[in-house]
Amino acid sequence: MNKIQNLSRRSFVKVFGLASGGILLGCTASGNKKAFIPIVTDENSFTPNLFINIQKDGNITLIASRSEMGQGIRTSLASAIADEMEADWKYISVSQATGDEKYGNQNTDGSRSVRTMLEPMRKMGATAKKMLITAAANKWQVSENDCIAVNHHVINTNSEEKIFFGDLVEAAAGLEIPDAKNIALKETKDFNYIGKTLKSVDLKDFTHGTAIYGIDKRIPNMKFAAIARCPVTFGSVKSFDSTTSKSIAGVEKIFSMDRMVPPTGKFFGMLGGVAVIANNTWAAFQGKENLEIEWDLGANRDYTTQSYNQKISDRLESNGKLVPGSRGNVATAFDDSYQMIEATYHIPHLVHAPMEVPNATAWFQGDSCEVWAPVQDPQTVRSEIAHFFNLEIEKVTVHVTFLGGGFGRKSKSDFVVEAVAVSKEINAPVQVVWTREDDIRHSFYHSTCTQHIKGSLDKNGQVTGWLHRVAFPSIVSSFKPLSDYASGFELGQGFINNPYQIPNFRFENAKAEAQIRIGWMRSVIHIHSGFGINSFVDELAAKAGKDPLAFHLDLLGKDQVEKGKSDFPFESRRLKNVLTTVTQKANWGKKLPEGHGLGFAVHYSFYSYVATVVEVSTNDDKIKVENIWTAIDCGLVLNKDNVINQLEGAAIFGMSLTMFGKITTEEGAIVQSNYHDYPMTRMKDTPNIDITVIDNMETAPTGVGEPGVPLIAPAICNAIFKATGKRIRSLPLADHGLV
Amino acid sequence: MKTLSINGENFPIEAQDDMPLLWAIRDIVGLTGTKFGCGISQCGACSVLIDGNLSKSCSIPVAFAAGKEIFTIEGSSENLEFLRDAWNEGNVPQCGYCQSGQLIAATALLDQTEQPTDEDIDAAMSGNICRCGTYSRIKKAIHKAVELKSNRHE
Repeated sequence: MNKIQNLSRRSFVKVFGLASGGILLGCTASGNKKAFIPIVTDENSFTPNLFINIQKDGNITLIASRSEMGQGIRTSLASAIADEMEADWKYISVSQATGDEKYGNQNTDGSRSVRTMLEPMRKMGATAKKMLITAAANKWQVSENDCIAVNHHVINTNSEEKIFFGDLVEAAAGLEIPDAKNIALKETKDFNYIGKTLKSVDLKDFTHGTAIYGIDKRIPNMKFAAIARCPVTFGSVKSFDSTTSKSIAGVEKIFSMDRMVPPTGKFFGMLGGVAVIANNTWAAFQGKENLEIEWDLGANRDYTTQSYNQKISDRLESNGKLVPGSRGNVATAFDDSYQMIEATYHIPHLVHAPMEVPNATAWFQGDSCEVWAPVQDPQTVRSEIAHFFNLEIEKVTVHVTFLGGGFGRKSKSDFVVEAVAVSKEINAPVQVVWTREDDIRHSFYHSTCTQHIKGSLDKNGQVTGWLHRVAFPSIVSSFKPLSDYASGFELGQGFINNPYQIPNFRFENAKAEAQIRIGWMRSVIHIHSGFGINSFVDELAAKAGKDPLAFHLDLLGKDQVEKGKSDFPFESRRLKNVLTTVTQKANWGKKLPEGHGLGFAVHYSFYSYVATVVEVSTNDDKIKVENIWTAIDCGLVLNKDNVINQLEGAAIFGMSLTMFGKITTEEGAIVQSNYHDYPMTRMKDTPNIDITVIDNMETAPTGVGEPGVPLIAPAICNAIFKATGKRIRSLPLADHGLV
Repeated sequence: MKTLSINGENFPIEAQDDMPLLWAIRDIVGLTGTKFGCGISQCGACSVLIDGNLSKSCSIPVAFAAGKEIFTIEGSSENLEFLRDAWNEGNVPQCGYCQSGQLIAATALLDQTEQPTDEDIDAAMSGNICRCGTYSRIKKAIHKAVELKSNRHE
């Protein structure tokens, strides 16, 4: 890929000569949708970040710039190219990009990969097809209009001759890139792959144990390391005794490491602690277990969640900071009300606990560094390594492995920085592996959140006023210490932009200091807003003596479109549609067996519209989730089965946090440690799950990975109310003896 | 010196007796398909068969497994191949990390029970956590594997 050929100033795609004789097409895409217009550039400044490589044997490789963590992105991106190219799926493969600015924004979070990359992917495929057709037309000496591409061949529609794509590569590589305005994208009705069901491109590796995750990386002569970190966040090592640890077979070296403090506003740094280096993972773990360490616990030693939660609840009794977005006059509405209700909702800290623990393999070699790691945001990892180890960024290579789950934990670079620090100290390649206990106890936690909502109803059961007070430690605190209030982007996740047409609405935010590292976890603040708001609307409906479905639809009001700042306007019609669709699927209003109850929730997040109905049953005061129905409108669907799989998974993820999810601290230390005391939903708890994907192929695609999660907890709790008359206002259900 | 027999092949290894089999397989033999998830027999990512019995290799000392027949995801058996086909057909995995353990646990189930019911599957598979939440697909795929096998044998 050293030489750029065939430059056309009007094309957004570029061709690179390949030594192997294939074609490498590249184009520029950024996170900003507006930048997808054909880029006028010159040879020197052109920096493509999406690539397809077409080989003479017909094989097509897409270079994926986003991380694969189970959301199926490698398959989805490939399907868009293959469709526009009229390629045969069996020739498609995907290779993973390293972390590099040249690939544009690689940060895999916010359910936005498809949203931002679909269009350039399709244009790339269409451009490649056009070139192959031109090459065939030249060969046959016929008009391009007489040639069509079908299933990896170009066909002469007059003579019915056909040529295999691979046999056209050489000729196509010599062609001028077609003008962007001559590139037509396919119509929805002509899609072969987009919107259909496609198998993951990685299935074979997943079922044979051959997919290489971070923890599977092996380099000759590498060491394995484990790190003991202070039980209290940001505590440090005072002294340690490693006599026993050193006697363990395989343990080679033990040393302490200082915390690396990130500069304000960016990066994650690392916690520091005592590192044990060994020739196998087990010896490193054992060495760590047997250390005797005296810690300086530091300022966060007073963090006990039980008393902290009480403090936060007390604060919510009085006025908080007024948040922009409030409207009308809530006080007057309350004065004039026919009925008032209020309720306090609480969700504890949560942790991601992906099946693959944090780990990274690093090889620091003086003026350069190479790492292999399961990371969602390889560019930040790269910048952070350059920053902390004083390297030129070009000398840092970040290889992205498969991620054994991410859920936001692997957006953070701390576990990679640790590996580099250890490699630098021992002057050898090393893999740092976290134990599950390390993962549960030293994460960037989903914030604990308490919210107090007060609402008024008039005589007709219409909601006239809504006062919402919320407090949770902010994610911003991890980048800017002393950020004690929620940030705008957090409150914008479903809180201040709730979809209801209530005339008087007031939103207040109370102070909540962070005393552990706060991060984002799948669906982020939507977990809180979805729970509080859907629960409270259900309570209002009960108070008004109305059916929750009719009440909810009424509250969503007449059809309206809110433009907002993004490219994705909010359309209340679509939200009502998913609710109507899913309640029909669940046969809302049907007579249920004794002890059963139906509940629902509806929520808009990551620009997608989702509604969920849950059916629970009760037996000996225990709750069983029998059925979950979810409907999503996420606009154009790339890979339908993948969307269904994501929503099924979101139901289970949501169940885990509803049933069991709870991280607590005592005197600064996390109490939970592994899957026995931070349990997960298992096969035996799994309900029937029914997913409906709304057919909306003419609308731009929106998020899929996260939007299914926030609805599960409120839908379950509303169903429990129906089944038992009992309101659950704090999670998890295990705390109420229901599990 | 011990010898581990894995998928029919012998691997002479040097390891402490109390090293869990998981780490001997991964770090010493070098087969990385068997995964670390919890280290305390809670999640099943490390599942292997030892003399045909489903075992959590994170909690079995290597000394116990030496001399026995160990079967991992890198191996092949009639039931495992039907399960793989069914996993493909049902597009089961998301991140894929737990699927080695899921497939081994499902192999153990089919080795014992030719036509498992939903209840049999719940009982056999509830030792394996999938954080991505692919349980419904796993259950369907196990039934599918049984179907594929009976079709093949007709």
